[in-house]
Amino acid sequence: MASANKEVLFGLYDDEEILLTAVQRAKDDHLDIMDVYSPFPIHGLDPIMGLKESRLHQAGFIYGSMGTLTAFLFMSWVFTRDWPVIFGGKPYWSVPAFIPITFELTVLFCAIGMVVTFYTICGLGPGVEAKTLDDRITDDKFCIAFDTVGQSSSEIDKLKSFFSSTGASEVKTKVL
Amino acid sequence: MSHAVVSPIREPLITGNKTYHQITEDLCAPTEKAPGGAWVIAFMLSLMCMTFGVFCILWTIWFGIGSWNLNRTIGWGWDITNFVWWIGIGHAGTLISAILLLFRQKWRTGVNRAAEAMTIFAVMCAALFPGIHVGRMWVVFFFFPYPNTRGPLWVNFNSPLLWDLFAISTYFTVSLLFWYTGLVPDFATVRDRAKGIRKKIYGFLSFGWTGSAKHWQRWESLSLILAGIATPLVLSVHTIVSFDFATSVIPGWHTTIFPPYFVAGAIFSGFAMVLTLMLITRKVLHLEDYITIEHIESMNKVILATGSIVGVAYLTELFVAWYSQYPYEQFAFFNRAVGPYYWSYWGMMACNVITPQLFWSRKMRRSIFWTFLLSIVVNIGMWFERFVIIATTLARDYLPSSWSYYVPTWVEIGIFIGTIGIFFVLYLLFTRVAPVVAIAEIKSILKTGGNQYVGPNATHHHHHDHGHSDHGVQHAFQKGGDHAGTHDAAIAAAPIAPVVKEAVAEKEVEKVEAKSNDFDAAGNFIGKKDDLTKVEGIGPKVQEHLNNAGIFTWAQLANTEVSKIKSVLEAQGGVYARMVPGTWPEQAKMAHEGRWDELQKWQDELDGGV
Repeated sequence: MASANKEVLFGLYDDEEILLTAVQRAKDDHLDIMDVYSPFPIHGLDPIMGLKESRLHQAGFIYGSMGTLTAFLFMSWVFTRDWPVIFGGKPYWSVPAFIPITFELTVLFCAIGMVVTFYTICGLGPGVEAKTLDDRITDDKFCIAFDTVGQSSSEIDKLKSFFSSTGASEVKTKVL
Repeated sequence: MSHAVVSPIREPLITGNKTYHQITEDLCAPTEKAPGGAWVIAFMLSLMCMTFGVFCILWTIWFGIGSWNLNRTIGWGWDITNFVWWIGIGHAGTLISAILLLFRQKWRTGVNRAAEAMTIFAVMCAALFPGIHVGRMWVVFFFFPYPNTRGPLWVNFNSPLLWDLFAISTYFTVSLLFWYTGLVPDFATVRDRAKGIRKKIYGFLSFGWTGSAKHWQRWESLSLILAGIATPLVLSVHTIVSFDFATSVIPGWHTTIFPPYFVAGAIFSGFAMVLTLMLITRKVLHLEDYITIEHIESMNKVILATGSIVGVAYLTELFVAWYSQYPYEQFAFFNRAVGPYYWSYWGMMACNVITPQLFWSRKMRRSIFWTFLLSIVVNIGMWFERFVIIATTLARDYLPSSWSYYVPTWVEIGIFIGTIGIFFVLYLLFTRVAPVVAIAEIKSILKTGGNQYVGPNATHHHHHDHGHSDHGVQHAFQKGGDHAGTHDAAIAAAPIAPVVKEAVAEKEVEKVEAKSNDFDAAGNFIGKKDDLTKVEGIGPKVQEHLNNAGIFTWAQLANTEVSKIKSVLEAQGGVYARMVPGTWPEQAKMAHEGRWDELQKWQDELDGGV
């Protein structure tokens, strides 16, 4: 997770295609990118950056299954153990009638679970202060950031020349 | 990459040659300006309706539902009619954002945000009615299964009315989560432009969003799964609403056709309401570039399709009533058509079945006036449908001695007007607080939906006007210190001048020889440029590089050797250097000779132009 007081050297690009080329170059040059920021999701970026596929959907499956079990087992318990009542001459354990609520709770648990997980693992939530490098990243700039803590000046120069040779329109530093 | 194959016949979904920044400006503008006079008047009017509605609800709670004129025979009147009507309207948002996302329909990006907001507000209006129609609103928590002191006696999990409670609560929650998750990046955009107290508020609303690559990846994964589960959900909700009727023993209600027929009707009415609202919104907020005639036509096609399904369902009901030889069923439909409420039946038929057929005409589908008019007509027709199903069926039950007629009182009408007020108050507030069109999603389709990239007038001008700055090198050179005044320490971009020179020199070398009268004396191309991106493998960026190398037409490209193209690409480095242009001259030849069918067929076989 993010440690306090990172010194970040970042370059801003004007187009996602230029950024993609630059990220590819950084990978070829074995430069260690801290993060890439963009105003919208860029397709094709994850594999170049070496980001693994998110496992959020697996979590979603587990939450959904919990919903299924909760609903079905609860209704079964209520109508066979806790307070059996005959409705319309049907058996106590009338499985088909349980399907709609079981389905709804599956969806509900899956959605709530995934959304809560998403905000938790991203470290986002109401009142969280945004660590923005530049205000235009949510507008029309595409950003590659390097963590320069403990880097020698020659390494930093190498990063700067990387930015200029890949077409960054601006290069800046910021302490996060 | 940008080399998505875009059909040449697709109309653009974003017009006005927008840049990313222009999109931000346009879509944030309504949240940053003081509202105009029309908005204020509409808001006051809605607020008045809402206040009157609240008064009528209090009246109902004080005097009981007897104040609605309901009687022993007609137990459900306007209340459940309104409930089903609002729930139906609430179906378009999730359909647009979920089902159209799964089907990769890019036009949804122009309308999904507003439609989702509409869904949430409509479901809130709908949920009000089951709450108040029970009369004793203060014990409405009896609906929910909770550990209680009555045995414990649980709610009846076998009842469709309880399924409905679960369906609607789930639908509301999931829609809200989906909508808000989509809003977070856009709130961040508004935050980063705002100052003072607004920055604080939007900072809170945007949850600390930065646009990190990993966050975007998870955000997309989340959106896709939410869309995946919301799709069966939206179908289940109106299916379960239809079960409220279909599982009963009332002739005219207990038909197996109800679930699909209700779902189609819900989408039908939902799209009508989306159109009613969007046509006004796009005009008032100047969003014509984002909600184009193309969007309107697409929605009208959905209205036509679902309206026809509803029409077939009406006729099927009549046929089955006749074919079943079941007199009670037959009487129910006979009564609807020629009984005391015949006017609502024929109003329904006219509004839902006959008038939407006008949309078979392309002219009608693309006419703002007719679309607006018909969207209102459908809204009215779908209200009639629910009234026909509920009130007119109940009015003539098994015992002629208990037959009855029902006219709503001012209280019941007032509550309906009140929900319209609530709906518009919330919607109008939404248009001032949040971007009405999803900013990030619009940006992500710009290069496959912008009119400078696709459609008949595509020019492929790149968004920085001096299109010669590949890789933005020149751009960096020019703008180096422009933003030195920002809070960050701007570093003078390292020595870049040599790089620029090098790039320019390489282009000079690669300039393909000029011939014919397409060039002026100075050797600049003045002829008609062709759209090189018709060649699979060439995107807008590559086209620019080719243009810079002097290749502007299909004919030129066809006459250029593969090795030459390769060296143009290699001069650009990066991903371009690794491209394989082997088929490009041959593809360009077909384009030049107008052999589109052949080219299309070949491109279907090609993978990325290789």
